[in-house]
Amino acid sequence: MTSQSNPEQAVVAADHLTVTVGPGGTRIVDDASFAIMPGSMLALVGESGSGKTMAARAVLGLLPTPLIAAPGSSIKFRHTELVGISPPALRKIRGEHIGMVFQEPMVSLNPSMTIGRQMAEGLALHHRRLGRNEIRERCLEMLKRVSIPNPVHCLGAYPHEFSGGMRQRIMLASVMLLKPDLLIADEPTTALDTLVQRDVLDLMVELTQENGTAVLLISHDLGMVSHYVRDVAVMLKGRIVEQGRSADVLSTPKHEYTQRLVDALPRRSAGGIRLARDAKPLVELRDVVIDYPGRARLFGRGEAKRAVDGVNLTIGHGETLALVGGSGSGKTTLGRATVGLIDPTAGSISFRGGQIVTWRGRAARLQREEMQIIFQDPYSSLDPRQRVGDIVAEPLRLDTTMDRKARYIRVREVLDEVGLSADFLRRLPHQLSGGQRQRVAIARAIARRPAFVVADEPVSALDMTVQKQILTLIRALQDRYGFACLFVSHDLGAVEQVADRVAVMQNGKIVEVGSRDDIFDRPQHDYTKRLLNAAMLLDRRFDGVAAASAI
Amino acid sequence: MIRFLLGRLLQAVPTMIIVSVAIFFLMRLIPGDPAAVMLGDLATSEQVEALRREMGLSGSLPTQYVTWLSHILAGDFGKSITSGDPVLPLMLDRFAVSATIVVAAVLLATLIAVPAGMFAAWRQGSLADYGLVAASTLLLSIPSFWLGLMILLVFGMWLEWFPVIGYVSLHDDFRQGLMFIFMPALTLILVEIGPIVRMARASTIEVSRLEYITHARAKGLSEAEVMWRHAFRNAFAPTWTLIGLILGGLLGGIAVTETVFTIPGLGRLLVEAIYARDYPVVQGCILFISVIYVVVNLIVDMLYPLFDPKIAQ
Repeated sequence: MTSQSNPEQAVVAADHLTVTVGPGGTRIVDDASFAIMPGSMLALVGESGSGKTMAARAVLGLLPTPLIAAPGSSIKFRHTELVGISPPALRKIRGEHIGMVFQEPMVSLNPSMTIGRQMAEGLALHHRRLGRNEIRERCLEMLKRVSIPNPVHCLGAYPHEFSGGMRQRIMLASVMLLKPDLLIADEPTTALDTLVQRDVLDLMVELTQENGTAVLLISHDLGMVSHYVRDVAVMLKGRIVEQGRSADVLSTPKHEYTQRLVDALPRRSAGGIRLARDAKPLVELRDVVIDYPGRARLFGRGEAKRAVDGVNLTIGHGETLALVGGSGSGKTTLGRATVGLIDPTAGSISFRGGQIVTWRGRAARLQREEMQIIFQDPYSSLDPRQRVGDIVAEPLRLDTTMDRKARYIRVREVLDEVGLSADFLRRLPHQLSGGQRQRVAIARAIARRPAFVVADEPVSALDMTVQKQILTLIRALQDRYGFACLFVSHDLGAVEQVADRVAVMQNGKIVEVGSRDDIFDRPQHDYTKRLLNAAMLLDRRFDGVAAASAI
Repeated sequence: MIRFLLGRLLQAVPTMIIVSVAIFFLMRLIPGDPAAVMLGDLATSEQVEALRREMGLSGSLPTQYVTWLSHILAGDFGKSITSGDPVLPLMLDRFAVSATIVVAAVLLATLIAVPAGMFAAWRQGSLADYGLVAASTLLLSIPSFWLGLMILLVFGMWLEWFPVIGYVSLHDDFRQGLMFIFMPALTLILVEIGPIVRMARASTIEVSRLEYITHARAKGLSEAEVMWRHAFRNAFAPTWTLIGLILGGLLGGIAVTETVFTIPGLGRLLVEAIYARDYPVVQGCILFISVIYVVVNLIVDMLYPLFDPKIAQ
């Protein structure tokens, strides 16, 4: 439809769109052409740096300096040429005819302005005849439509009073309030939980179909896109390498890169479950309770918040236990407590039969030789002023039996194991890609050959194809060195690829534990079922049917 | 909100207590008996004893502190040794002079520097931006006494637009008063514009990268609306803190500028008192300046929720 149909009828049609860094500079978007018919959806899919976001921003003239749309590019909105349009004419189209929702719900609403004022702004600007009461009424109605509890209170509230999912709903509401002809959605759910992600996407599809709004969806998630969108364009290094119906693109990918993307979609690893070699568990959690103290007030403290509520778990030698749950379920807190970074309020955590030490000193040092943690965000978990060689060598310094030379040999060895050559020794973190950074973080964690590693959402900040590589790497290292792993994640796709057993966590409690196949194929608890449903793993239909069924 | 304001107000109490204790003991650190030091070499032991009683110097240190503090709280800062006048009215008179110049200067500097900084940020990387950054860096690097002397030379001596020596209160004669505060105020404005421009520019650039600014543009708002309605309030908080620090700092001591322009302000009173070893005045001035510093920052903090609604909760 996108490629064959008559661009005359399209809501928006980009023709040979090229975006460069300054005149004649590097091409960020390279000769991209796409068109969207009224009321239909097109997804631009690609990894970070593929130019998908800039291609979409070019439509609204929102390219950050020094990026420009190169001469010869054309973007037509109905019959208006948008490349080179005057700023006042462009401002009339922005908001009223083309709306945009953004990725980060935490920074896409103005923190110092009430929701009501932010929503009213667009209406007041483009419909000058409307009175204040009329605007207020329309805002309230829209907030009701997107199921915000207590819309009247919401109008006077500030963004920080809402969760990420709620903010994304509010964002959708404020953009759809103007009933635009085209909605540009830039990774609108990437920062959200699986469950919330599904809700927000359903809502977006419903709202746009109600109003006959066309959608340009930007995403890195081919699996999600195929569920909601019929037409897809795959971008690589600024070029559209493949374009067509998402069902065709997914089932018979033509371009080599699309094939790699499809391969990276989560698939259950073969081999199945590794049984713990030793009957005695390596890590044992008994009735663990963790409270976060309330905010310090002038006199006393606010109410404590219970993050973990009576958890019993065991992790055997060499096995991977995945801890799954939504944000705020307490899974990260529990993960940190198992390596002694947080003190449990009650209950006990033992490692090799001995109590976990949570404070400093010799005992803690000895214990920490054997346990390590890999963090979620490789951009903040590595010291930006330390070189890769020093980062990986640091845990080795605690080992008094190793001299400088032995350390250097080990660092080379470990870097090699995580797939980084010796060239990386002298590099600084900012010179590495996200995937390379996470490899360094893994190297740091396994440098002392620990018996137990906690991996806290280790791939959720990475691109799909990189995710796949990192998960494969973790699994391969585990096979080689036999360390046990607590894999904390909200991403069931990733969990399916690495876990031996799965524990599902909700509101601080473990609601279900079982082997991976039991949990994925025969879930018992209602929450587990909902999570699996939202993860879009069970029904792998690549035809955009979910979009049709949502209304 | 009320809770936040009250809490912040109460937090200032321990600060003030610590400040008063520090100043009290600082004066006790002067070798010898303060009463004897104050009266000089020629005093008789009876005179010293009388002054000791008057100053509340008999008794243990904690008792002395309580006596001293209760006098201060009652507005009794003692008497100047050189002139014999009570210290408090003397300080208040001089403070009014400094405050007029400082408040006017900081206000004008803010009104010039914040829009300039935001403009530079909006045109980041342009010639206008480089020009503004270079100018503010230059102003930042000029010592205030030199700048004051140059202004005095140009406007006072060469152009003879403004009187070079003396001071008339705005209260007594508004037009004459303006003539006298123009040059010192200009000096302070020029000196303080630099840091404010740089801070306003840096925080606006930071805020401009956030998605809600792009969102505001995507709504169809004009650039002026985007900058003022969306960027300004979110970018102003750090600048506001800086302005508070500048104001607090200047109110306590523009001794150099006051000396250059022969303005009878608080800073010069302190300097004169130090030379004259007028300890009651020195002690009073230090305490007064500390209180002003704490109070200005308290007010700055209490206005913070205007820029960041999260703080009040």
